[in-house]
Amino acid sequence: MDLQKFSQQSETEWRVDAFDRMRVPGIIFATEELIRQMDQKVFEQLVNVACLPGIVQGSYAMPDAHWGYGFPIGGVAAFDPDRGGVVSAGGVGFDISCGVRTLRTGLRTEDVQPMKGRLADALFRRIPAGVGSTGRLHLDASEMDAMLCGGAQWAVERGYGVKQDLERIEERGCMRGAKPMVVSDHAKTRQRDEMGTLGSGNHYLEVQSVVKVFDVEAASALGIQEGEVVISIHCGSRGLGHQIGTEFLKDMAIAAADSGIDLPDRELACAPIHSEIGERYLGAMRAAINCALANRQILTHLLRHAMQEVFPGAELALIYDVSHNTCKVEEHPVNGRSMRLYVHRKGATRAFGPGHPDLPEALRTIGQPVLIGGTMGTASYILIGTKESEKHSFGSSCHGAGRQMSRHQALKNWQGRQVVDDLAKRGILVRSPSYRGVAEEAPGAYKDVSAVVDAADRAGLSRKIARLEPVITIKG
Amino acid sequence: MYMNYWAHFPHEADVGIRGVGASKQEAFEQAAMALAAVVTDPQRIAPREEVTIACSAPDDELLLVDWLNALIYEMATRKMLFARFEVHLTGGRLNAKAWGEKVDVARHEPAVEPKGACYTELKVTQDAAGAWIAQCVVDV
Repeated sequence: MDLQKFSQQSETEWRVDAFDRMRVPGIIFATEELIRQMDQKVFEQLVNVACLPGIVQGSYAMPDAHWGYGFPIGGVAAFDPDRGGVVSAGGVGFDISCGVRTLRTGLRTEDVQPMKGRLADALFRRIPAGVGSTGRLHLDASEMDAMLCGGAQWAVERGYGVKQDLERIEERGCMRGAKPMVVSDHAKTRQRDEMGTLGSGNHYLEVQSVVKVFDVEAASALGIQEGEVVISIHCGSRGLGHQIGTEFLKDMAIAAADSGIDLPDRELACAPIHSEIGERYLGAMRAAINCALANRQILTHLLRHAMQEVFPGAELALIYDVSHNTCKVEEHPVNGRSMRLYVHRKGATRAFGPGHPDLPEALRTIGQPVLIGGTMGTASYILIGTKESEKHSFGSSCHGAGRQMSRHQALKNWQGRQVVDDLAKRGILVRSPSYRGVAEEAPGAYKDVSAVVDAADRAGLSRKIARLEPVITIKG
Repeated sequence: MYMNYWAHFPHEADVGIRGVGASKQEAFEQAAMALAAVVTDPQRIAPREEVTIACSAPDDELLLVDWLNALIYEMATRKMLFARFEVHLTGGRLNAKAWGEKVDVARHEPAVEPKGACYTELKVTQDAAGAWIAQCVVDV
């Protein structure tokens, strides 16, 4: 990216002052090395978002920002409903409430190593993954609506998990304001066979070893120590969320002109929060958030069963569950007064600092865990939200490594079988229904997750707590 | 006569798909081939079963996105992959037939499921030589 239009505010903050139709400045949090690697399209999209009605304070991009559709991936923007603020389907994305949850196992890495082949096979057998896979749970119309209203709470009530899980999920596992009646039949049909499925692409279930703890006190509060094994799940709202995104992107693109919104680009499709379509989208999007929370909860249940096969008596406790494609109503101080804003995070993780009232009591003194997924060959990280992040970016941080190479180029560079064999030599077992899928997701296709996390830490968006390295990866 | 073909173009996180044809219809058909190729090699897909698709939109670009999203919906709900297409366009309306088969994981090795076609890099246009181009980015 060309840095000429930016003024550097600090080692990790780059600002574009508002020009032309921009209503607020654009701000990227990244090291110089990371921002130079970003596509020029990130700049264009950051600027376009800054032009949307009702945007407050700034259009932000996290250290892992890359070219998305409408909003950059890694984009954060908040809108004031009382000043014509908008809600944007493209600002949330197709995979509504895609996110990560991490569970501790109570097992040591040396306990898991000798059993990892068996564990990998048990997980691959029990976790539906990849294109065309189906779950065992098929919901009728009334159960579908109950799931869309209840999220992970619904799942726990149906026996998928324990009540303690809910404390460790954003919104206590249930997004309020969901309206199943505005979710189309197409979206519900698309979800019919997909409850409890992982999906494909960059989604995974991964057994990980805690190789480094950066903050012993915070790690201890989360119940993790060096040498222990945790398990992370990365997936979202499956077909239901994808279909809602598809339908509202079109509806909003067509309706924008009628609402008096002159879009800089059609891909920024949005609607006033106080409009029929805006309210309808919010009801549907919240239902999709619940779908994602229920999906990750069911996958957790399947994971626990797989663990029992290999490690009878193992108890998996949820550390936290974050969603990184959402629009949520939150209170934030702006120019010294508290405002109720619609905060879009697209490929960005909520990172509330210590003391935030939305955090469960057990986490209130340390802040919200921020779970950053890496690649099957590198590392993942657990960070914690900060007070600074609440000032800088509406309490937001990065979400992952971000690709540095297209899928097309990755296929030219790597063969899936070779990637699996190379990782096996390094002690990482990969199970996937598709070698082509593995090649497209080869670790080298992604940016350096450690550089992204270090930038988030140095920018004060979140604080590093632990580094996790893969032992087993189940890819879709 | 123009050569009909499909191609992928790079996008950082997702995949750009492009269909080129002598007519707009053929460009739409080729764009659908490019969509199929996001998932697997289209030559591995047997055109055994026929599915009909109809959609409409206020302009060509929205119609292209609708067409691709209708295919994505059929792929997702029928667990099918498609490799042959016949598109008819009349006044903002698309009527099409798509032929394909159920996903066979061992044979197709499906790489990734398309989530939706979006408006990024969306174009339905004719180049200087008169060939039709239909393209957009697909979220995967």
